[in-house]
Amino acid sequence: MAAAAIALYRSSIGKKAVMAITGIIGYGFVIMHMVGNLKMFEGRDGFNHYAEFLRTVGEPAVPERTLLWIIRIVLLVAVTAHVTAAIQLTRQGVAGRPTGYRVKRRVQANFASLTLRWGGLALVLFLIYHLAHFTFGVAHHDFVRADPYHNVVSAFSNPAIVGVYLIAVAALAMHLFHGVWSMFQTLGLNRPSTDRLWRGLAVISALGLFAGFATVPLSVLGGLIR
Amino acid sequence: MNLTLQVWRQPASAANGRFVTYQVRDVSPDMSFLEMLDVLNQQLILAGDEPIAFDHDCREGICGSCGMVIDGIAHGGQRATTACQLHMRHFKDGDQLTLEPWRASAFPIVKDLVVDRGAFDRIIQAGGYVSVSTGGVPDANAIPVPKESADRAMDAAACIGCGACVAACPNASAMLFTGAKVAHLGVLPQGQVERSRRVLAMVAQMDEEGFGGCTNIGECAAVCPKEIKLDVIAQLNRDLLRASLR
Ligand code: HEM
Ligand code: SF4
Ligand code: FES
Repeated sequence: MAAAAIALYRSSIGKKAVMAITGIIGYGFVIMHMVGNLKMFEGRDGFNHYAEFLRTVGEPAVPERTLLWIIRIVLLVAVTAHVTAAIQLTRQGVAGRPTGYRVKRRVQANFASLTLRWGGLALVLFLIYHLAHFTFGVAHHDFVRADPYHNVVSAFSNPAIVGVYLIAVAALAMHLFHGVWSMFQTLGLNRPSTDRLWRGLAVISALGLFAGFATVPLSVLGGLIR
Repeated sequence: MNLTLQVWRQPASAANGRFVTYQVRDVSPDMSFLEMLDVLNQQLILAGDEPIAFDHDCREGICGSCGMVIDGIAHGGQRATTACQLHMRHFKDGDQLTLEPWRASAFPIVKDLVVDRGAFDRIIQAGGYVSVSTGGVPDANAIPVPKESADRAMDAAACIGCGACVAACPNASAMLFTGAKVAHLGVLPQGQVERSRRVLAMVAQMDEEGFGGCTNIGECAAVCPKEIKLDVIAQLNRDLLRASLR
C-alpha cells in the first residue's frame, strides 16, 4: 500500500489527487471558519464564548486545546502537502513548454483557472500575515490575548486592514471558483451528468464564502459591530 | 485577398529559429489554409527560397498530420476544424497572421512548423491497444457491447492524435489525448483485461515524455478538432487512481 501510494505520487495525476484531497480539507475548513466568524454578530460574549469553546471542547475527557491542536496539525500538513505538490506541478508544467508562443489567444479559459498559481501564492502570503495578526498577535497594534472580539474590532476599524482582508477573500473565492469543480474532476468523480452540479457548487461556494468572509470586516468598518 | 504572414522558420531541430514575414497575394476564399501555404511555397520556390515545411497528409481532417498555431489558436479559430479543413473564407483581405509550430518540450521542432510527435506513439506503445487471440473472425455481436459504451468509445476513438490539445494547454499537458485513448478502450468489454495495466503504463509514459500536468483549464477540449470532451480526463483520473490503489 505504501509502495503503491509512493508510485502514485510520482505521477502527475497522483500529485493532483493530493492537491484535490488537501483542497477538500481546506475547503471544509474555510466554510467552518466563515460560519464561526459570523458569531461576531452575537456580540463580545457570544464570540469569546465560541473561541473558549474551541479551546475547551471535549474536556475533561481530553486536555484543553486537544481539538484545536488536531485541527491545526491537520491543516498544517494539508497546506504543506498542497503547496509542495503545487510547486512540483508548476515546475513540471513550466518545463513542458520552455519556449512560449509569440501570439497566444485563449478560447474559453477564465481568469480564475489561469490564475490558480498566483492566487495560491497570494493565499500563502495572506495566511502568514493572518496568523501573525490574529493568532500570534505580533502583527496586531493592540492585541489582547483573551479577547478575540476586541482584536477583531480594533483591527477592522482600520480601512487599510479591511482592504487587505477583502483582497485575500477575493483571492480565496477565485481559487475555489475553479478549484471546487476541479477537485471533482481530478478525483475522477465528475461525469457528463454531474458537470453542471459541480460547476454550480463551485460558483455558489465562491460567492458564499466571499460574502460570508467580507461581512464581518465591512460590518466593523461600517459601525454595525463595535 | 492579400495576406501578411509571420511564419516561424527554423532550418533544423538544433538550429535557431526566427519569424519571417511573407506577403501572399490573390488568395481565393475557396482555398484551404494549407492550399494557401502551397501557393506561398510555390512563390518561394520560384524565387529560389526554401519552402515552408508543414505536416499534412489526408487534407480531409481525418489523419491528424496537420496542425499549427494560427494567430494564437491551435488549428486556427474555427471550432472542430483541422488546419487542412480551415478555409480562407474565414479570413479577410489585409489580415496579418502569425504561424507557429506546436510548442512543447515533448514535441521537438523538426523544421519550421513540423514537430516530432513520436511522444504520442510511445504513449500508445505503452498500452494503447488490446491483446486479442488470433484465429477465425469472431461472430459479430459475440461480445455484447451496451449501446452507451459503444457511443462513448466511438466519441473517444475520434481522436486523431494531432497534438492540438498539448499545443493549446498552458502546461503542455497530454491528458486529453491520453484520456481519449484510455477511455476509448476502457469502456469496451475487450479492453477490460488490460485496463489497469494500460492506464498505469500510459500515464507513466506520458509523464516520462515531459508533458506537464493538467490543471483542468479546458483549452485542450476547446481547440480539439474532434471535440473530445474533458470527461475523458475525469475517466483517466478515475482509472489511474483505481488501478494504483487496488
Ligand atoms: C485556503 C486555502 C486553500 C484552499 C481551500 C485551496 C483549495 C484548492 C482546491 C480545492 C484546488 C483544486 C484541486 C484540484 O484541482 O484537484 C486547488 C488547486 C490549487 N491550489 Fe489551492 N487551496 C488553498 C491554498 C493554496 C495555496 C496556499 C497555494 C499555494 C501554492 C495553492 C495552490 C494551488 C494550485 C497551484 C492549484 C492547482 C493545482 C493543479 O491543478 O495543478 N492553494 N486548491
Ligand atoms: S484529443 Fe483532440 S486535440 Fe488532442 S490529439 Fe486527439 S484529436 Fe488532437
Ligand atoms: S492533413 Fe490529415 S487531418 Fe489535416
